[in-house]
Amino acid sequence: MASIHLKNLGHRYPAAGAESDNPYALNPLNQVWEDGGAYALLGPSGCGKTTLLNIISGLLRPSEGRVLFDGEDVTDLSTERRNIAQVFQFPVVYDTLTVAENLAFPLRNRGIDNTTIQTRVADTLAMLGLEARANERARSLNADDKQKISLGRGLVRTDVRAILFDEPLTVIDPHLKWQLRTELKKIHERYGHTMIYVTHDQTEALTFADKVVVMNAGSILQVGTPKELFDRPRHTFVGTFIGSPGMNVLSCTFDGTAAIVDGVRIVLNEATLAAAQAQGLASTSATLEVGIRPESLRVIVADASTVDDTHCVNVEVLGVEDLGRHSLVRLRLGEQLLCALHPEGAAIPEAAALRLDPACTLLYADALLVEANDVPLLP
Amino acid sequence: MLRLNNITRHVDSNNSLQDISLELKRGELNILLGPTLSGKTSLMRVMAGLDQPDSGELTFDGETVIGVPVQKRELAMVYQQFINYPSLSVYENIASPLRVAGLAKSEIEARVAQAAQLLKLEPYLTRKPANLSGGQQQRVALARALVKRASLVLLDEPLANLDYKLREELRAELPVLFAELGAVLVYATTEPSEALVLGGKTACLNRGRVEQFGPTLDLYRDPDTLMAARLFSDPPLNSLALNHDDSGGLRFAGAEQALPAAVASELLSAVNPAEAASNLTLAVRGHHLRLGFDPLPSGESTASKPLIEIRGIVDVTEITGSESFVHFSFMGQPWVALLDGIHALAGGAEIVLYARPQDCFLFNTLTGKRVRKLSGGG
Repeated sequence: MASIHLKNLGHRYPAAGAESDNPYALNPLNQVWEDGGAYALLGPSGCGKTTLLNIISGLLRPSEGRVLFDGEDVTDLSTERRNIAQVFQFPVVYDTLTVAENLAFPLRNRGIDNTTIQTRVADTLAMLGLEARANERARSLNADDKQKISLGRGLVRTDVRAILFDEPLTVIDPHLKWQLRTELKKIHERYGHTMIYVTHDQTEALTFADKVVVMNAGSILQVGTPKELFDRPRHTFVGTFIGSPGMNVLSCTFDGTAAIVDGVRIVLNEATLAAAQAQGLASTSATLEVGIRPESLRVIVADASTVDDTHCVNVEVLGVEDLGRHSLVRLRLGEQLLCALHPEGAAIPEAAALRLDPACTLLYADALLVEANDVPLLP
Repeated sequence: MLRLNNITRHVDSNNSLQDISLELKRGELNILLGPTLSGKTSLMRVMAGLDQPDSGELTFDGETVIGVPVQKRELAMVYQQFINYPSLSVYENIASPLRVAGLAKSEIEARVAQAAQLLKLEPYLTRKPANLSGGQQQRVALARALVKRASLVLLDEPLANLDYKLREELRAELPVLFAELGAVLVYATTEPSEALVLGGKTACLNRGRVEQFGPTLDLYRDPDTLMAARLFSDPPLNSLALNHDDSGGLRFAGAEQALPAAVASELLSAVNPAEAASNLTLAVRGHHLRLGFDPLPSGESTASKPLIEIRGIVDVTEITGSESFVHFSFMGQPWVALLDGIHALAGGAEIVLYARPQDCFLFNTLTGKRVRKLSGGG
């Protein structure tokens, strides 16, 4: 296993005319992937995540910067010589070989001895629950089982420096997805491979990874644990992309003591307030927004006590969608729309107020989280 | 109304439709929910007239449509793979079914403009599909289905190839878009969460059979069969046999001790008396397992009611940032609990969870059918 260091790495695809360069598909970045880490690369189509993965795997040579594995420069090495395993979205399986032979293939290719091959193949079959089908031809398997073999081929080698997954579960049925995802997680806990997993599905990314790398428009916006991305998204894009539904983002102003959303005061926590004051946001030209997760909002009955409570604001209930486990309550605060999650079976009051938790109320300036930073303030 | 009566069709060795009867009304969204090879696409092909059933009847507004060529049916289909004409502009792609139908130019313009507005395609009308994102391409395919004003609209996993967030957006829009057409709308999906967001009615399909058909939320909350409950659970449904023991108690398969009498009587109080002696299977969804129960927001205290204690050994925990999926082994069965908050439970740790009897489903182990008291049975 290896740590992976991306040094001043950027990529532009070659332009047809050669006169001018294409814009960056991947903006220049520095990033270290620690040895044995489970990482997910999460972002919408076209955000650059597959470009980044292909650069790490060696399928694509970056137009600038270097790729280092454990300090060794592998930028000019082919995929084979980088010694990595890859799993793709669609199964890569030899139909005429048996399941066991398919799994043994990457090992035979590397000249591994038969005893080791047999042990590794048996382990991998057990891991994926394919023992009973070991001697069947791959041709006879359904799509889900074929994708299991693909995963198995990625996992069968223990000597790889990293395992890269490109949307491996996208075409898998929901129930099997649960099974394979937890298997991957267990395999990582057991063997400690460096794993990089590309997906557009936040559940897959958050459940699989120790650290999630959120990308948009060719840039890494945040690298963090699932909890960090959920609790303190550093960019409004991260807040809205992660979470289902995503974070509510409401445009606001700052009067020096609180955020004001359409005339309604939203109390900020001490740290956010101090940072906003320190950054002079009361007289800024930056676009200010508050970010509040639907999970942190409580819809309660509006009455005399909520009027006096600075942590409560009156809202209009526009609609309620019963999603089974909880209800999604669509609300209007001032002129802006937001939503809250409400527990299963609990009634929604007609005259509603929202209880806000200042600890969960975030402030954004030009889409970036307002927080205490290390930049020394001018005296 | 599209009516299917005892439709049967053999497709191949692992795919067939078996005795399917459904009544799908105009203006309603009908969801076909089931895993790959459950028969969703096969059933849609029969509805569309692309395939003939081996037996059974298919009528639309009372008239048989078996044998009526597809071209003569007012039908629109959208598939998982976006299908557009690559050489035509977005505008011409959307307009194509109307040109084939020979509509007047002004009518075509009006309909395309309306569909483009609804599906937010106005800025892209002059582009070729290849220059659009996947989500935009699928919107073009949807717009083409919309402008036809077909009386039967079949959407076969239309969002499956789209990004998660785009899916969320389109999911919310689709029912609204098509509701106004007054068409029979059929939507196939493998995902329970998608069915819940879309609402309408759902038919749970399993191996070519309809397990249950009814309003989506009713199916979710009140499944008739263990299979329907399984199909409609994500994360997977937890279940375990719950047998009568010699001393008149209820005991989980493999458990050393019977359930406390108060818990057993609470569970059995909801069972149809005719089924009281059957061997049972208890099933409970992951989010109904909790580390403890606080009073509900409504103020109703649940602490005094008997709870079912579930003791297991943690297998692996997945944490999403706001929730934890704790996979654990309960009496040798793989179970999963969906807990609010972060619970970093390591593999091998013991976990004690609680479920309220009223959140559990009981099934006859042999037949797989619910054993609940029928309404009015007290």
